[in-house]
Amino acid sequence: MALERWFRRKRPTRSDDNSPAGLWLKCDECNAQIYRKDLEKNLYLCTECGHHYKMPADARVAMLADAGSFERWSGTIKGADPLAFEDTEPYVKRLERAAERQKRPDAILTGAASLQGEPVALAVMDFFFAGGSMGSVVGEEIARAAERAAREGRSLVTVAASGGARMQEGALSLMQMAKTTVALEALSRAKLPFISVLTDPTTGGVTASFATLGDIIVSEPQALICFAGPRVIQQTIKQDLPEGFQRAEFLLQKGMLDDVVTRPNLKARLALYLSLLRGTLTPTATAAVGGEPGGAAV
Amino acid sequence: MALPFEKPIDDLSDRIEDMRAYASEQNIDLSEEISLLEGRLERLQHDVFENLTRWQRVQVARAPGRPTALDYIQSVFETFTELHGDRTLGDDSAMVTGLALLGGRSVVVIGQQKGRDTKENIGRNFGMAHPSGYRKAMRMFNMADKFGLPVVTLIDTPGAYPGVAAEEQGQAWVIAESIQRMSQLKVPAVAVVIGEGGSGGALAVGVANRVLILENAIYSVISPESCAAILWRDASQAPKAAEALKLTAGDLLELGVVDGVIKEPVGGAHRDPQATMRCVGARLEEELGALSSLSETELLEQRYARFRNMGRLESVT
Repeated sequence: MALERWFRRKRPTRSDDNSPAGLWLKCDECNAQIYRKDLEKNLYLCTECGHHYKMPADARVAMLADAGSFERWSGTIKGADPLAFEDTEPYVKRLERAAERQKRPDAILTGAASLQGEPVALAVMDFFFAGGSMGSVVGEEIARAAERAAREGRSLVTVAASGGARMQEGALSLMQMAKTTVALEALSRAKLPFISVLTDPTTGGVTASFATLGDIIVSEPQALICFAGPRVIQQTIKQDLPEGFQRAEFLLQKGMLDDVVTRPNLKARLALYLSLLRGTLTPTATAAVGGEPGGAAV
Repeated sequence: MALPFEKPIDDLSDRIEDMRAYASEQNIDLSEEISLLEGRLERLQHDVFENLTRWQRVQVARAPGRPTALDYIQSVFETFTELHGDRTLGDDSAMVTGLALLGGRSVVVIGQQKGRDTKENIGRNFGMAHPSGYRKAMRMFNMADKFGLPVVTLIDTPGAYPGVAAEEQGQAWVIAESIQRMSQLKVPAVAVVIGEGGSGGALAVGVANRVLILENAIYSVISPESCAAILWRDASQAPKAAEALKLTAGDLLELGVVDGVIKEPVGGAHRDPQATMRCVGARLEEELGALSSLSETELLEQRYARFRNMGRLESVT
């Protein structure tokens, strides 16, 4: 489970780490030395091989929303501690620390935006906040975003990045799977599109709820997408896992995704889907959007 | 097989049995002594079971001899007729589905089935369904809607199966779909957690108008073992994780995750399966009776509100 790795790491490898030691980064994929500022300027893609690093939520919003169009909705609610949960440290402390570092109350950023002119609600998960885990706040913000989008005639675009349901809120986190799912009904009734973007990693209770209920589901290249994590499965079957198992390209082949789209192409692709679904695409706009025939960009 | 904390209870009841045997063998009257010991046994059972730790409840929830979904189906429901297969991939034996009568009413029943012994458990994949099981459940939801039959689900699973084929066939996708499909049922739905409510694999058939739980059953976002392995890097810390996760019937009632707790006989459901099943049957009839007066719209709205309001939030000041 990705969440497991997040807890295990003393200092998670964070592409938004600004410590002096973190000025340079060695690419996980091609071993190239990348200057961190260059990575940030390059949509968090390796400047050498294009490897997709985890993208901070704010950068994701900046990439998807038309300039100046984003109006934040999230941030007015924060997590309670219904279980008085304590492991190696109290849950409230973990929350406080993450909130201070990430400058938001929980692992989600939502708001209204236009995306190449299409009115959308964006709900972007923040993996750097408690591994993007879904507790009451994440569930509520997603549900509110879906319902408000329906009221305002906006399409919903979610960007998932999550270790799954948040253990520290126990069964209430589990219930967020149902909460986010029932809230999507409002969009369906309004015949508004819901497009789900899966990024590395999308696991557990997030994969098993709203994130796989999109009218269209796309993923970024190489993203780990699963219900049970590779480690859990390996423990169960005691065998090596197939090559590329649970990665985006593998799941595309298995019929679980509509496409795998590289980050630089993501915004245009989303705009194309939205305008086709909503019947707002005009021949002149087609030239500007420039779809990628054949799709599956790797 | 007794659970570790049941040992004093078992020892005492063995002594009573011995005394009875001795009395009849020797043809002497020990009824006074026996009834004294029986009184003590009852108090002991009460003391032990009133004060179970959360981890001990996890053990009771998983205890061998605890009635399984099929036990309920065969004793509480009449004329159960099993319906097989998901029409796509196969027939998942960890998810038993069919039609039956309950209190004279036709219902669709869906049960997550663990085995009653090791051999059966292997056959039932320890109650861990594959995507096929959830597809079969969704087929039943469709049938229930079409014929206007109420749905009863019996939840008892460690979780959805974490395997290669299950992942390749979209375990996460079918769980999400099943949650969605069940939330849209136009008919009354009642779910009972009879043993283990293991995470998404349980919730997939738990999006009911009324969610009940047996006194010693559990319902959790993650198993105590897995939680301990992540948080303390040590699965043997499971008792600590069980405490932290607040996964018992009483906890869940307080959190609003369940609507009601069904009492078990003293000593747990495995000590008196018949009495347990009678209680569950009576409660199911009562709940279905109450829900039968709601209109389609009311049922949908009630279910939506029930799940939409889950969670605890605070305002950012």
